[in-house]
Amino acid sequence: MSKMTRRKFLSVSLAGAAAGTFTLSGKAIGAAGFTGYPDGMGVLVDLTRCIGCRTCEAACNEEQKLPAPAVPFDDHSVFDELHHGGTQKRRTDENAFTVVNRYEAGKEGQPAYRKIQCNHCNEPACLTSCFVNAYTKTKEGAVIYNSKVCVGCRNCMVACPFRIPAYSYSSAFNPVIRKCIFCYDTRLKFGRPPACVEACPQEVLTFGHRKNLIKVAYERIRVNPGRYVGHLYGENEVGGTSWMYLSGVPFEEVGFDTTLQKEPILANAQAFLSNVPMVLSIWPALFLGFHRLATRGGEGAEEKPATEKREDI
Amino acid sequence: MSEHGPGIGQNLPGAGRRGGPVNRRKIMKPFNWIAGSVMVLMVICLPLSGQGDTLKLPETVTLDNLAHLYGGAEFDHDMHLDIAADCTECHHHAAGVPTTNEKCARCHGPEDTLEAQTCQTCHAVDPFSAEAVTAKETDPSVYHIDKPGLKAAYHLNCLNCHNEMGGPVGCEDCHERTEAGDAFYHSGKYAPSGEGTSSAH
Ligand code: SF4
Ligand code: SF4
Ligand code: SF4
Repeated sequence: MSKMTRRKFLSVSLAGAAAGTFTLSGKAIGAAGFTGYPDGMGVLVDLTRCIGCRTCEAACNEEQKLPAPAVPFDDHSVFDELHHGGTQKRRTDENAFTVVNRYEAGKEGQPAYRKIQCNHCNEPACLTSCFVNAYTKTKEGAVIYNSKVCVGCRNCMVACPFRIPAYSYSSAFNPVIRKCIFCYDTRLKFGRPPACVEACPQEVLTFGHRKNLIKVAYERIRVNPGRYVGHLYGENEVGGTSWMYLSGVPFEEVGFDTTLQKEPILANAQAFLSNVPMVLSIWPALFLGFHRLATRGGEGAEEKPATEKREDI
Repeated sequence: MSEHGPGIGQNLPGAGRRGGPVNRRKIMKPFNWIAGSVMVLMVICLPLSGQGDTLKLPETVTLDNLAHLYGGAEFDHDMHLDIAADCTECHHHAAGVPTTNEKCARCHGPEDTLEAQTCQTCHAVDPFSAEAVTAKETDPSVYHIDKPGLKAAYHLNCLNCHNEMGGPVGCEDCHERTEAGDAFYHSGKYAPSGEGTSSAH
């Protein structure tokens, strides 16, 4: 199956899963209008401070016990990499939960940098699209997942507006989702900021309660209007995200999708569904079968949830 | 030792340029720094004088931030005195002069004690503990909520200016990486052998 066909296939299955007869369809619909847990934490990313040192990438690699990188984390030649026919800057993948890219858009001839990772949406499309309930939005704000129940259907990969979830294919029978987890199990749940936040020499990343970070962001814009474009990215995009961004240059010039809706992605799926009754009735049953197959034992069952993998902190 | 670094115990040569009592004071100047990537710049943050007395500044100050990744750097205070118009280009509070930062000045006047004028009094050495995060956020003043920690305060202050003035901006232009740092960045003798996973795409 070609890539395009598979994507299309998955978009359809996404719709089916969200509206199917599973218990989680109730959860998904219930999520509409949810604006995040009131005491949820977040990270304010101030791109005007980023110097592209990639220390955050190294910190994430260490904290999440990811495999060694292809090139050292102090090698800046990665900024010149272009993938997928020379159009695509680096993206997160199963071995790199965060990457920093360089853009020529900076002020006064200076480059601008942007760090990418999961934005930990208030109403995560990955979560609502997952029909086996692999995802959880914790009260601290993290969007985590249980790779034990993941069946590798890639619904979330298609649903995520930021193209974050990646798959590890180390097990042929049970590809599992991998992405930034806000350092939930080692740090966030103990009230500590993520590894990347702590490592950054410039405090590009400010950790705190999401509602406070919104105030901080607008105060920075107010005090220094010349430094910023007057928009807090992630405050409202797709229903709001726990990680939000300030920039000195237009967001679309540093790789942001500025066409995203304010409503959570889920709303789309629901509207789409009502027009596709066939899909509703067929796909959930098929995927339930998939799930049973994948979870009945064997290799897949040995996979531990991401949150239980740790031996130490 | 750089040519600008006359060593501990000599007067601060730049101090005579500005009038006022602060400049007549004898100031001990620490220059040989070791250990701690951040402590490097502590020199510019120590209270520069007592009330007219010679104040002995500590030779080294050990801070833990990133000390395992980068070793100490030598901050050439003399040279910076030569090129900066006055102390306030780097310090919000230079000893004995009012704060120049408009936000700080709303509450902190020139009568603030010298202790209150050290960098780390306001910029936390460890802003990332759970306690520090809570303390920062429960502070009723929004200015305090948005205060960078010590490591970031230094880097933001130095690098902003170095970028503008064409000064050195590479990490190792100011502090040498340690072996632990090489391991952390998978660099030097810890560089990938070519068998590492492909770069993110
Ligand atoms: S950014 Fe993507 S993967 Fe992360 S929470 Fe949002 S939808 Fe899910
Ligand atoms: S929050 Fe943790 S997992 Fe996510 S990018 Fe930062 S270090 Fe990596
Ligand atoms: S560590 Fe901070 S300054 Fe360095 S690349 Fe990451 S976000 Fe930017």
